[in-house]
Amino acid sequence: MREMSVTSKSSLIINNGIIYDPLNNVLGEKASLYIKKDKIVDEFRENGAKVIDAQGMLVIPGGVDIHTHIAGSKVNTGRMLRPEEHRVSFVPKGVMPKSGGGYSTPTTYICGYRYAIMGYTTAFEPATPPLKTRHTHEELNDTPIIDKACFPLLGNNWIIMNYLKDGETEKLKGYIAWIMRAIKGYAIKIVAPGSTEAWSWAKGVSSLDEEVPHFGVSPKEIIRGLAEANENLKLPHTVHLHTLNLGRPGNYETAIETMRILEDVKPARGRKRVLHITHIQFNSYSGTSWKDFGSGAADIANYLNSHQHVSIDMGQVVFGNTTTMTADGEWQYRLRKLTGFKWVNGDVELETGMGVVPYIFSRKNFVNAIQWAVGLELALLTKDPWQVYLTTDHPNGGPFTAYPTIISWLMSKKARLEMLKKVHQAASGRTTLPDVDRELDFGEITTISRAATAKALGLKNKGHLGIGADADIAIYPIYPEKDDAATEPKKVIKGFSKTAYTIKDGTVIAAKGKIIEQPLGKTYWIDIEMPDSIMKETYSDVKESFDKYYTVNLSNYLIGDGELPKSSPIKVSS
Amino acid sequence: MKIVNDVICSFCGCLCDDIEVTIDNNRITKTKKTCALGKARLLTAEDTERLGKPLVREQGRLIDATLDQAIKNSAEILSNARLPLLYGWSTTSCEAQKIGLEIAEEIGGIFDNTTSVCHGPTTLAFHEVGMSACTLGEVKNRADLIIYWGSNPLEAHPRHLSRYTHLSKGLFRKSSKDRKLIVVDARETKTAKVATRFLKVKPNSDYELLSALRIAIKTGDLDQKTVAGIPKERILELAELMKNAEYGALFFGLGLTMSRGKHRNIDAAVCLTSDLNDHTKWIIMPMRGHYNVTGVNAVSTWTTGFPFGVDFSRGYPRYNPGETTAVELLLREEVDAALIVASDPVSNFPIKAAEHLARIPMIAIDPHRTPTTEIADIVIPSAIVGIEVEGTAYRMDRVPLRLKKIVEPPAGCLPDEEILLKMLKVIRKS
Repeated sequence: MREMSVTSKSSLIINNGIIYDPLNNVLGEKASLYIKKDKIVDEFRENGAKVIDAQGMLVIPGGVDIHTHIAGSKVNTGRMLRPEEHRVSFVPKGVMPKSGGGYSTPTTYICGYRYAIMGYTTAFEPATPPLKTRHTHEELNDTPIIDKACFPLLGNNWIIMNYLKDGETEKLKGYIAWIMRAIKGYAIKIVAPGSTEAWSWAKGVSSLDEEVPHFGVSPKEIIRGLAEANENLKLPHTVHLHTLNLGRPGNYETAIETMRILEDVKPARGRKRVLHITHIQFNSYSGTSWKDFGSGAADIANYLNSHQHVSIDMGQVVFGNTTTMTADGEWQYRLRKLTGFKWVNGDVELETGMGVVPYIFSRKNFVNAIQWAVGLELALLTKDPWQVYLTTDHPNGGPFTAYPTIISWLMSKKARLEMLKKVHQAASGRTTLPDVDRELDFGEITTISRAATAKALGLKNKGHLGIGADADIAIYPIYPEKDDAATEPKKVIKGFSKTAYTIKDGTVIAAKGKIIEQPLGKTYWIDIEMPDSIMKETYSDVKESFDKYYTVNLSNYLIGDGELPKSSPIKVSS
Repeated sequence: MKIVNDVICSFCGCLCDDIEVTIDNNRITKTKKTCALGKARLLTAEDTERLGKPLVREQGRLIDATLDQAIKNSAEILSNARLPLLYGWSTTSCEAQKIGLEIAEEIGGIFDNTTSVCHGPTTLAFHEVGMSACTLGEVKNRADLIIYWGSNPLEAHPRHLSRYTHLSKGLFRKSSKDRKLIVVDARETKTAKVATRFLKVKPNSDYELLSALRIAIKTGDLDQKTVAGIPKERILELAELMKNAEYGALFFGLGLTMSRGKHRNIDAAVCLTSDLNDHTKWIIMPMRGHYNVTGVNAVSTWTTGFPFGVDFSRGYPRYNPGETTAVELLLREEVDAALIVASDPVSNFPIKAAEHLARIPMIAIDPHRTPTTEIADIVIPSAIVGIEVEGTAYRMDRVPLRLKKIVEPPAGCLPDEEILLKMLKVIRKS
């Protein structure tokens, strides 16, 4: 996109809001916020400042989505696979500044607008094949308003697997530094380690100790090796993992076994975590087959309640028609066989793969009903809200526009019991959800949707409203002093769906569901400093891989700084 | 004199990125590693058919004009049209395509690209059944069985075999001895002559043969003695080969998309390869022609949800191939103005469609004189992407590459992107 002017012209003061800023221990205080340019600043007096009277409304930091598939090859494959979706879900120009459409696979502009209207100002694309990351950035460049970044898929990478097999830990770190700079990536993403490589032979890997065909390493070694390198390099985020055996009965054991692998890895200074398991709902099932399929969420939550080294996000399921997409190519083929639906596969040389399959989560399907309950169990049974984050793994569990509804379930037992009546009874019989009394408050909702996600991503200026924070703020037409979220779930849904004001970098960019301005957000990537000697050795290995096995030349693989109109490198010195 | 390495050839969907170009005094004097087509493309910058100045038609004749005048007249034509057609786009950069989409949205026009007369059926089949795909390096490193169906790469994509498939070297396949090459075609092409096996399919019977293969793979037998002119034994034999390959790759061309059955052929070929994944790995890939047709499909999809034939006349993107695609719109005489960018529909469209193009006001943006520019009412010369302008393009396997600028364009020739942006600005002002 080209429109990228908009810097805030005047200072801004927000008065009379009920502020929730859990990072700074502010929980429901009526106070004012002061903004100059794009930052939150100390109190000032200025006659020309613009003033917003928040009238007792909920004022929290702009949302930070840690895991949402919004841009790149597989997302666009999903769009192209599903014209039927774009035919029924369209947005005319005028309703929003640009036309477009889509429900589970919105077009890029509509995606940015919808996030902004919902009060989200940052969203990270969690899976980009390095070879196709130019595509990911092209789409992110066409996604207005929100700040963004992408995570390169590194869990099935030939160069990495070879380094791990040979015990080349320094070169491994060198390669991570090289690839992040080469393709402008933000964090290490691991999807079905080793299994996607095996899927290139139509096979899979299902145990953490099984050897990846031809590469002589196990998934366990890949996860551990990359996590150690990640902490050693002090990257802002931990490794971001989609575990083995996703989607299958009994896989909660794999999830727990995976977390155990990293119990003794030393975290980088200043944090407790060494691992983020994403959309863990899809990896929290008990049972030995689809017949005795059940919830393993309580065991996962118990583990998390006694271990601090792991964070998770929900991957909550919402009912309806959606599009699944993942680099776990083998699972997507299984899903094709399970559903009989159309299927796209897309293996990427030396690096990764992907699959896309439409899916309908049905209330009357007992597996789907259990999946729905499992996500909520995970969020409610895990005691520390700084450890479990709000996601649908958009669009895998459902679109991100379902967040307000999910928030209403988390805040209200009444809302959950009403849903339990409407869905297959297995959700009541085979999960603990009916017995869970916990109801999250506005502070906890703020934590799981922005404060904790920003912290987990290492974004120091986001997810809070302290002095110096980015002036990304959501003001919702929800009145914490009057509204009772536990008894009025509909008000919660309505309130969180459309902000009264969304402020991005100090500018009001959306109000009451209308987009006012559409600046282009920043693209973050990490720029890791490594000793030249290591980089030289790594480079010669990388060059050899390109000369022999890639079908593009090394120089054409690199993404130039100029290809990101708002490139925002974060320096990391290891 | 200087030598530029790793130049990306902007001719066909292969986007070979290893070209060495010698430049002397802002002229390309020598190319290395190109095929004949690529060499010709790189040397087009010097072509005598190169357009020099903007032209506008006055009293039946094209006369020289300033760029501003040509742009002003173009903007007027487009703004005043009831249903303008914006067509072409497959041989320009993604950056230009994006502006094209903005113009189409602004004026409520149709944005269509060459897909609608090329691999349109492939896209329709994709909507129906998806596709088991990969990047070309997967084939290079792993494939031991390669099929070209209705496609003749040795003449249309000359380096496809050596860079990506049968003759390439990869981690698990050291040479062509480790691979089998099979060609299925209605005629014995140059590629068929170098194949391990050639199956001559009766013209317009591809669907029958694909279906027979699916049956053979599923049941191990066939009721018919011959299908599509091929004896049962040979079909059963091919089915066995396909099942027993370690990694199979099927590439198809217009021989499959444009023969009888069209998207049904592709549907059958996709299902054949998808189902084979029960046994072993199989992928399938269309042999895309224009170097950035894959790119325009991508850009159009992430902007509108649809890969080609996008109608903005109702204020939101609509897509109904056959209704919202260029040839049909022209045959029905529905469009009343046209902007043609980097394409030559007058040479390629059915004569009736070209006739309607000749009747309505038409603007052509192109580096070269073509039959389309000859009948256009406004002609704007442009710089050549990948030679005189940089920009992004997508290879046939959807790998995006950044094309380079290696020489300066002739004076007065702007990039498509800049020309279109100027046009958009004038349209927005009016």
